[in-house]
Amino acid sequence: MGEFKVHRVRFFDYMPSAIRAMAFNSRTERLAVARADGALEIFNFADHYFQEKVIPGQDGRAVEALCWVGQRLFSAGLNGEITEYDLENMRPRYTVEAYGGPIWTISSNSQGTLLAVGCEDGTVKMFELLDERIRFQRNLERQKGRIISLSWHPSGTLIAAGMMDMIRIFDAETGHATHRLLVERGAGASKSKEVVVWSIAFLSDHTIVSGDSAGKVQIWDGLTGTLVKTHLVTKWDVLALAVSQDESSLVAGTSEGTVVQFQFIASTVDQQDKEWVRTRTFKNHSHDVRALAHTETAVVSGGMDTQLVVRPLLDKVEKNTQESALRKIAFPHRSLVCCAKKAGLLLFQFPDHLELWRVGESDGLGKPGDSLPVKRNPEKLIQLKRKGEDHICCSALSPCGGWLAYSTVSAVRLYRIQYNNISITKVSKLPKDLRSAHQLCFSSDSSKLFASSSHSSVVIVSLNQLECKHLHTLKPRSGSRQPVHLLFASEDGKWLAAANADCEIHVYNLHKLKLHCTVPVHSSCPTAIAIHPVTSNLVVVHADQQIFEYSLMQKEYTEWSRKLQKQGLHSLWLERDTPVTHISYSPKNPAHIFLHDMFMFCIIDQSLPLPEAKTMLYNQMTLRSLPEPERIRHSHAFKICKNFQHLLCVSLLEDHSLVVVERPLLDIMSQLPAPVRQKKFAT
Amino acid sequence: MAALYEGYTLCGLVPAQTLPNSGIQGVETERDSDHVIVTDSTRSVTLYKVSDQKPLSSWTVKQGQTLTCSAVYSSQSKEFVAVSDSKVIRIWKEEDILLDKAFKATVSADVWRVHCVPEGEPVVLFQRGAVRLLDSLLSAPQQPIEEVLAQEEAIRWSTNILAESKQFVIFTTEQKGDHFLYLQRLNPNTLQRYRLEREEPGLSPLSFSASYRDNHIRLLYLYPNGHVYQSVVSMRGLGADEGAQALPLPRNLLLGLPVGEGLLEAASALVLDEAHVAVVGVPHPSAGAGKDFLCIWNTNFQTLQAGKEMAGKIYGQLWGYSNKLFIPHGKTLSVIPYECPKSSLAAALGKLKQAKTEGELTQIWSTATTQAATSLTIDQVLEVTKMAPVEEVQKEVEGLLSRADIQDLQASLGQLASTLVSRSLADPAFYTPSTLAQLVHTQSLCHSVCPDLVLLALEKKDYFLCQLCLQFFPDIPEAVTCACLKLHRNEVLRTPYSDTFLLPHLKDLSSQQVVLFLQYLQFLYLKYSQDASTQMHGLRSPSLTQIMDWVCLLLDAHFTVLVMTPEAKGLLLNLHCFVKSQVRLVSELGKIEGSLQELNKMKVKKDVGQYSIEVIELF
Repeated sequence: MGEFKVHRVRFFDYMPSAIRAMAFNSRTERLAVARADGALEIFNFADHYFQEKVIPGQDGRAVEALCWVGQRLFSAGLNGEITEYDLENMRPRYTVEAYGGPIWTISSNSQGTLLAVGCEDGTVKMFELLDERIRFQRNLERQKGRIISLSWHPSGTLIAAGMMDMIRIFDAETGHATHRLLVERGAGASKSKEVVVWSIAFLSDHTIVSGDSAGKVQIWDGLTGTLVKTHLVTKWDVLALAVSQDESSLVAGTSEGTVVQFQFIASTVDQQDKEWVRTRTFKNHSHDVRALAHTETAVVSGGMDTQLVVRPLLDKVEKNTQESALRKIAFPHRSLVCCAKKAGLLLFQFPDHLELWRVGESDGLGKPGDSLPVKRNPEKLIQLKRKGEDHICCSALSPCGGWLAYSTVSAVRLYRIQYNNISITKVSKLPKDLRSAHQLCFSSDSSKLFASSSHSSVVIVSLNQLECKHLHTLKPRSGSRQPVHLLFASEDGKWLAAANADCEIHVYNLHKLKLHCTVPVHSSCPTAIAIHPVTSNLVVVHADQQIFEYSLMQKEYTEWSRKLQKQGLHSLWLERDTPVTHISYSPKNPAHIFLHDMFMFCIIDQSLPLPEAKTMLYNQMTLRSLPEPERIRHSHAFKICKNFQHLLCVSLLEDHSLVVVERPLLDIMSQLPAPVRQKKFAT
Repeated sequence: MAALYEGYTLCGLVPAQTLPNSGIQGVETERDSDHVIVTDSTRSVTLYKVSDQKPLSSWTVKQGQTLTCSAVYSSQSKEFVAVSDSKVIRIWKEEDILLDKAFKATVSADVWRVHCVPEGEPVVLFQRGAVRLLDSLLSAPQQPIEEVLAQEEAIRWSTNILAESKQFVIFTTEQKGDHFLYLQRLNPNTLQRYRLEREEPGLSPLSFSASYRDNHIRLLYLYPNGHVYQSVVSMRGLGADEGAQALPLPRNLLLGLPVGEGLLEAASALVLDEAHVAVVGVPHPSAGAGKDFLCIWNTNFQTLQAGKEMAGKIYGQLWGYSNKLFIPHGKTLSVIPYECPKSSLAAALGKLKQAKTEGELTQIWSTATTQAATSLTIDQVLEVTKMAPVEEVQKEVEGLLSRADIQDLQASLGQLASTLVSRSLADPAFYTPSTLAQLVHTQSLCHSVCPDLVLLALEKKDYFLCQLCLQFFPDIPEAVTCACLKLHRNEVLRTPYSDTFLLPHLKDLSSQQVVLFLQYLQFLYLKYSQDASTQMHGLRSPSLTQIMDWVCLLLDAHFTVLVMTPEAKGLLLNLHCFVKSQVRLVSELGKIEGSLQELNKMKVKKDVGQYSIEVIELF
């Protein structure tokens, strides 16, 4: 196979933002996650937990709570506003000021007609859900002290509110408080501190479950307003609660990073009466668990440590299957790194700025395993701060390195970069059609910029020194309203492939400026696409880890792809739980396809036999130990290298050296604030 | 080591509000060690079964009458005897319910106390010093009673003891600040009077305690300044020259107890056995100035063996019967069981921490450096050692050692030492410990040069010399080591030995000795393992491994015996627990060994840093 010079890059200080809230839509199986920087992410639980959409954050938008109403998604935050999102164009649709001070919680009734928000000023405000908007209806009886948490009774007639030191039950029709449930404060020093009812759940049998800052999960009888049972689950706060749809199980997230499960079961075998019994404790977080969702088969948790954890409940899934495996989602499922192959440049995308780096240089050769002396250190050429409040949603660097573009939800900006005496110039006049882009891409000769726009359309802008002109807008025939999240322009400049969230891949002929073909739709979303520079075959990798190769000439799957589908991918390949986010080709060897996920990079040699089910997939160590002539007998098409982790980007430069951008999770962990103090042995 | 065990309450006290006394007049044994009669200071006598903490019967004199002496039990007649209003002797049996209906007789003089030893006849001691057997008194109750004591002389304390099947009444008196001891023998009656040496002016003994051992009556008394004296009266010459003349009574200071601030007020010392004294009302040396402690001191080594804080006021009263101490304190009369096993140097040294021996050592060295003027040759010195008295020999040897080059003298020193040893063995009066110590200190001697030296030291109970020998002799045979072992120990532990030879000799030790030794070793081990620094200071203390080796050896030699010995059970269990925890620790360490090694390996892996260019190969 051969040797590679690898630029091992660890200077991308990518820092994910903490998870603040989440909401699971069980009908569409979509999980909405809100992060501390205001960004919103949609994960498709039906499609391998793929991060389908990302709506970038905004300065000053602090989402405190999320709520699905049918397919509509609402958020509310400490800025006092309620926001509905446009999930097709991946931007906030509108924002309504609630006029009640910071909003702590938002909750809709099960009928989907009313939205209630809990405000700092002690009011619960009701909003009517209209087709296009929401409209303020009225306030419930105003209370002293802020409303921290809200939960509707499934009937829609009652609503429970968690406050400081107490829980109130309101009659949703009259707006009057009917019960006052006093929540005991913590013991000892915290006796003098108000207890905060962080989370509350109102079950159909009128049981109220509360989680509070004194570490208690309390079960109340909502009809009589009496306390049924107290479970002390932590010394710190119980921050989040989530109940399964059938109300047989509930989970509580604590500041210690634990998730405690309670189940509604008979506590002894021969007993008929069921009660809430504490059953399991999961510890998958190092920090506060701020948000929880209880799906049918799993507990989804997230918090300060930024990772989204999907913990399947083993009594609900088949054991030892892929579904029963714990899943941690640490990195976004899209590339934050853009590599200019010809210039050896790297563009790193942060929410509020871009960094342009030149990789280092070394002369001399080394044996495999060696570190080469670095002759020229890597250099940060440009740090570009974004303009405006909106965070960057996508960015691109032209292959020559001469152009740089980024987009927010409100604007696209294009820059011209000179390297002889580093300077960056904003291109002032951009075509009107280029208002906002979900994905940006330059043609290989850097003469065109492609920007994906609304309804899966792609705007083509021609670039030259003098002016930037709108050339054409490509539109798919399917009429899909979903955004394009992947763009790839072929090396020869003839083809442009665009993949959207409807799992469609459209290939346009750029010479004719029209749709060339649509790749047969696979059930799983594409996570990476690329067109071969020589054969013009399109390679697509999906969220379900399937790989397809589609011949643009023949408009059909290639022989190799058919063989792969017939034989099936190796089970270990399919069991990987991070998507492939990048594909590139070797100019030296057309049979090689480079791709990577978070834990490995792989070179697929199409000339070699595919691995059979029984062969070892990860066989590099074995091959290394074998004598040269025997290797060929044991080698197969998938050459997997796990030397570098955790990967944000692997790309091949023109000089055939690899650029590997690593961001070890330990480095991220080390930058998190200190977790709550816990007594550990010998401390 | 003597030990005080967890006490229990026998009865509550009803002390008069303002009075400094406990309200208890006396505690006397009844039929056996488990029964006592408690007489309170007013009107009642109660019989208790001690182990049950339960009163069996109680008798009270009429209102207006007072019991003036504590009731005693005569095991011969199975009767109780008490005195009310100083003159009325009352005798009753256990079945009698009402004291008024029992026998009483009025005598012509005031009675001080009635005493009765087990298996003895009750004796009545009158306030003016006369003594009568109860039977002879009751035959004519109104008989005239002579006055023995002088004017202004008053009895302070009295007891009676049985010595060589003769009953003695012992009492002390005070006359104008002078204290006298009277020894009254009965049948035939003799009286001997002794004058106690004066302590600091104004100080009178706080308590007395008498015991009889080896033909001698020993009187122990405690002064308010904390001094505990012992006076010994031989039984032999007693009665030879009877007369009113008070003989001076020699005394020796047994203990100087710490008194804290001021003088002792309510304190008492009680002889427990030949080596132990129980003291109450004296501060604990390591627990501040509070005087409410009950302590057991070893008089041989002046060491504190056990101490216990007693809650509430201490009245300075203390009685002891068959391994139980009866002590009124606060509002209760407590029973504290105690134990005084045969005292051993080891136990004592364990507490003394060798400070004393070190002190002696430096002293000897300083005397050795004082040069002697005379210059005798080695042969002359040898001659001297054969004949001359102790002082001269000491002087000459000192002189020799200080002037000559010791290396040249090696052979002659051995000769000198063996001469001294053989002379010491032959003549019991001749013994030169300091000279021998000096000789041993030169390090030119070894066991084979003068094989009798260690045995001589052992015989003379010269532990210091023994210790020096053990320290400096490289070739002490195991048998001798064992002999030393029987007597004392840290130095023994440090002597070189071979397992195979030592084992058979170790088997000669008795099980008690083994248990004691093991206890001492355990004590040493715990002490050293708690505080590693002590080992650094005590240069001559055995190392931890040496201690463990000895423990193993002892267990090897005596395991079967120890398993059978009930006293050793606790100790063995302790050792077992200890071994178990060690084994667990080692196995846990073993488990993480791999991980730790991995850690070591991981450290070798160099930090990648922010950027590097590497070469990889794919196959």
